[in-house]
Amino acid sequence: MVIKHKMIFKTEGPWSDANQLMLKLDTGSWRTERPVLDKTKCNYCGLCAIYCPPQCMKDMGDHYEANLVFCKGCGICAHECPKQAYTMKPEGEFTNEG
Amino acid sequence: MKAKKGKVSVITGNVVAAHAARVCRPEVVACYPITPQSEVAETLSGFVADGSLDAEIVEVEGENSAMNVVLAASLAGARVFTATSSYGLVYMYDAMLQASGYRAPVVMVNVNRETPGIQAVSSGQQDMISTRDSGWAQIIVENNQEIIDQIIMSYRLAEDFDIQLPVMVNYDGYYLSYLAEAVEMPDQADVDAFLAPLKNQPQRPRIIPGAATGCGTHGIEMGYVEARYKHWSALERAKQKVDDIDKEFGDYFGRSYGGQIEEYRMNDADIAIVASGSAAGTAKTVVDAKRADGIKVGLVKQRLFRPFPEERLIQALKGKKAVGVIDRSVCFGWKYGPMCTELKAIAPSIGAMPILSYIDGLANLDITIPHIGRVVDEVNAAAKGKAYQDVTWIPME
Repeated sequence: MVIKHKMIFKTEGPWSDANQLMLKLDTGSWRTERPVLDKTKCNYCGLCAIYCPPQCMKDMGDHYEANLVFCKGCGICAHECPKQAYTMKPEGEFTNEG
Repeated sequence: MKAKKGKVSVITGNVVAAHAARVCRPEVVACYPITPQSEVAETLSGFVADGSLDAEIVEVEGENSAMNVVLAASLAGARVFTATSSYGLVYMYDAMLQASGYRAPVVMVNVNRETPGIQAVSSGQQDMISTRDSGWAQIIVENNQEIIDQIIMSYRLAEDFDIQLPVMVNYDGYYLSYLAEAVEMPDQADVDAFLAPLKNQPQRPRIIPGAATGCGTHGIEMGYVEARYKHWSALERAKQKVDDIDKEFGDYFGRSYGGQIEEYRMNDADIAIVASGSAAGTAKTVVDAKRADGIKVGLVKQRLFRPFPEERLIQALKGKKAVGVIDRSVCFGWKYGPMCTELKAIAPSIGAMPILSYIDGLANLDITIPHIGRVVDEVNAAAKGKAYQDVTWIPME
């Protein structure tokens, strides 16, 4: 058998670390809706970033923004936001963005 | 260089297993007591209490925790040991799969006992059979001397950098666990010397406090396939490694067991019996007696159950006229016993011959000399073209 596959794990066992590609699964492809922020309601409390399961909220200085490569669209940020600043919008509305 | 002659003591299989673990110097031990293994756990606790073993003993609330504890300790780089049986083995099944999937070199003793379903507190290999697809290396031994020797060899196998697999050493509950017989205890310095090569190999990956590293993560799609392929390949490599370690052990300690299989009077044999565990010892006596009667029979003692010793079995059985396989367990959903079923899979490579399956020795029933004698006679008749039964449950007839 000729192995053409380029090994992902450097080790015998499935070991990986934070610098390896293996930990960077594009979980964003699982998303059916995304959080859209109304900046006028946001008071920059940071709760969305704390609760975000894949920890993909980017700190923008006066608000947070989901990194859509990793955001699974779970909606926890919208649920936890005390100001109801997030609205979960179906991905279908963003198909033109590619 | 040769090992010193060790001190000979008359001790039970369980105490032998505990001594075997002790001389291999495990750093973490977690055993939950279960009949017929309890004496292993008790004896190891005694060793730690009296200072003869410098190990962390974790008192767990069950076997599932025991396996998770030794798995975690192994991933942190420790040498580990655990022991169980029957219900305990199946209770740790998910953690066993983690251990092999994470390629943790755990060494575990499994004292063979019947499994849940019928509350059988009695001997049988069904527990080991029930975990055969767990990805562990599984080795079966025949007597108390082989228990200690094989446990020492198992650390060489498990922790070998090319292998990195958990190893299960099986011996018959009741028959060996409580049987006291003379055992030569290898000297500590000699065991240290035999295990020393493990120190000269590359450092296997381990969890380091503070470092963002982990094992078992992200086995999705090709990550999963790759991990499985490596695991499968390591088991394939383990076969030759078992032979090599056995030879090295034999050269050093003067005792050798044939590696994957032991062939007894097989060279000029026309027919063969395949057996494992303590029954193989009885079978040797029967082979000698039948040879005296003029039947050219030999015994293949299967030591390595997983990985399946395909090549060695083909070599040993090719061209024989008939084979009888004695199983101390049942293969649910297949007509033949588990080992017979597997032997049938290599039938094209050993040539067309009658392969007779025998189920015997379940639930502490003895696999007696007359039982094995009958097997030899029937296999001999089948070799001469007589009709035979595919499967025989000896105690049911």
